[in-house]
Amino acid sequence: MIGGMDVNEVLLPGVGMRYEFATREGDRMSVVALRSGDFELMTYEGVDPDEARVVFRLTREEADTLAGILGAPRIAERFADLTKEVPGLSAGQVEVRAGGPFVDRLLGETRARTRTGASIVAIVRGEEVIPSPGPEQVLHAGDVMVVIGTHDGIAQVEQIIQADQ
Amino acid sequence: MKVSVALLLELGIILAALSLLGTLARRFTLSPIPLYLLAGLALGEGGIAPVPAAGPFVETGAGIGVVLLLLVLGLEFTVPEFTASLRRHLPSGAVDLVLNATPGAVAGWLLGLDATGILTLAGVTYISSSGIIARLLSDLRRLGNRETPAVLSVLVLEDFAMAAFLPLLAVVAAGGTWRQALLGVLMALGAVLAALAVSYWWGHHLGRALLHLRPDAEQLLLRVLGVTLIVAALAEAAHISAAVGAFIVGLSLTGEAADRARQVLSPLRDLFAAVFFLSVGLSVRPETLLPVLPAALLLGVVTALTKLAAGWYAARREGAGHRGRLRAGTALIARGEFSLVMIGLVGVRQDRLGALAAGYVLLLAVTGPVLTRFAGTRPAPSAGKGRQVHTGGDTAGR
Repeated sequence: MIGGMDVNEVLLPGVGMRYEFATREGDRMSVVALRSGDFELMTYEGVDPDEARVVFRLTREEADTLAGILGAPRIAERFADLTKEVPGLSAGQVEVRAGGPFVDRLLGETRARTRTGASIVAIVRGEEVIPSPGPEQVLHAGDVMVVIGTHDGIAQVEQIIQADQ
Repeated sequence: MKVSVALLLELGIILAALSLLGTLARRFTLSPIPLYLLAGLALGEGGIAPVPAAGPFVETGAGIGVVLLLLVLGLEFTVPEFTASLRRHLPSGAVDLVLNATPGAVAGWLLGLDATGILTLAGVTYISSSGIIARLLSDLRRLGNRETPAVLSVLVLEDFAMAAFLPLLAVVAAGGTWRQALLGVLMALGAVLAALAVSYWWGHHLGRALLHLRPDAEQLLLRVLGVTLIVAALAEAAHISAAVGAFIVGLSLTGEAADRARQVLSPLRDLFAAVFFLSVGLSVRPETLLPVLPAALLLGVVTALTKLAAGWYAARREGAGHRGRLRAGTALIARGEFSLVMIGLVGVRQDRLGALAAGYVLLLAVTGPVLTRFAGTRPAPSAGKGRQVHTGGDTAGR
């Protein structure tokens, strides 16, 4: 099981590892992680169910980029899953917009938690994720803050960060 | 220091020629090994150009080539992969051993070879070329196929079986008694298992020792090579063959240490392995090749069929369909570097055996990859047929 899905892991001795799964639409796909760090993405179609058709062959760098594209926006969703466990608690995303009052200022200066009770648990910056940022963390335009708190608390954080100057 | 002009010139011309041949082989996605062999055959006594000055270097380099081939093989080996292969594919490995070692042994007996010759030939026909085949599967984009894990696992088991087989061969070739041979095999097996245990439980300590003080590539190369040559020498002195010693060193390294060692050693391995293939070709006199060619051809046909059967069986156990079984069987046909290692080990004093094995490897290292390329490939898509979506059954039972 990876990420709540049935993923078949097949060892390819001397070569690497193959991960196979079926999509909801019924397509079977595989990812081969080669020892060299390269990846192959493939599907199974046609008359022979045993034969894979390689769709992409990615270098380590290309695979990292693809993973970033697929993975980054999902961070907040994953926190949302987490907060479902606690009634009244929810997770939200607040974007630091260009021209906002806290661009290039310290996170501590927003005094967000003191004022709203909501916590900023992560900052997503491009492909990078900064987990539990401290008060000395500098905010940049385009950062997305992952906020956990009550509904009202998250709304107040949004007002603070995105206030008109 | 006096530099021998003749040595440099001969060696330079040989390496340049090999590089040309290698490029040619890669153009057709074939292994360069058979071409290196041919180059060796063409050179030397009785060939188109004798190479008196480069001879001693090639001879010395060949020994190092065998050691490096086995060292890098050991470095690529991991305990989890081996145990997984053993658990899941042991019957396939056993079928492969019986089906493919037998024809070699029978052929050796029919040809009137001695015990060493029979044993060597059994090894030559048994062991597929994991180097050629792993690369081939990647080149033909078959890593996603259902039969591929079975093929790779059979190769892992073969490589491991070779570690037990080489000392047996070394002792018998040295004229030892069967009791000595048994002792050698047990010692080698014990050493290999000890190396696996060390790698599994203390591999990271070894790795740390090897990477102590963060060596640069040069330091790491000298360290690994030094240790390997010492262990190989000890193993040779203990009659379990230098090749097995090198394999053991490779086995006991894992993780980052193994990765880095492989990186720095691979170019060196490529160079000396090429020299080794060349030396096998050199040591076979071309005029001895012709008389044994029919035998090599027959043996090639028979053992191509037995490999096909072994691969077919292994793929069927994985639940692959007919086409997949055909692909697996044909992929395994290629024999290469390790068949030559067997010959190199007993020395080519046995003229006929060397010629036979060289001819045999030449044949199967070329035809194996060609056969599998055209076997079991996707048929041309027929018009008017919709895309088939397979659900259920395909991923079950893996």
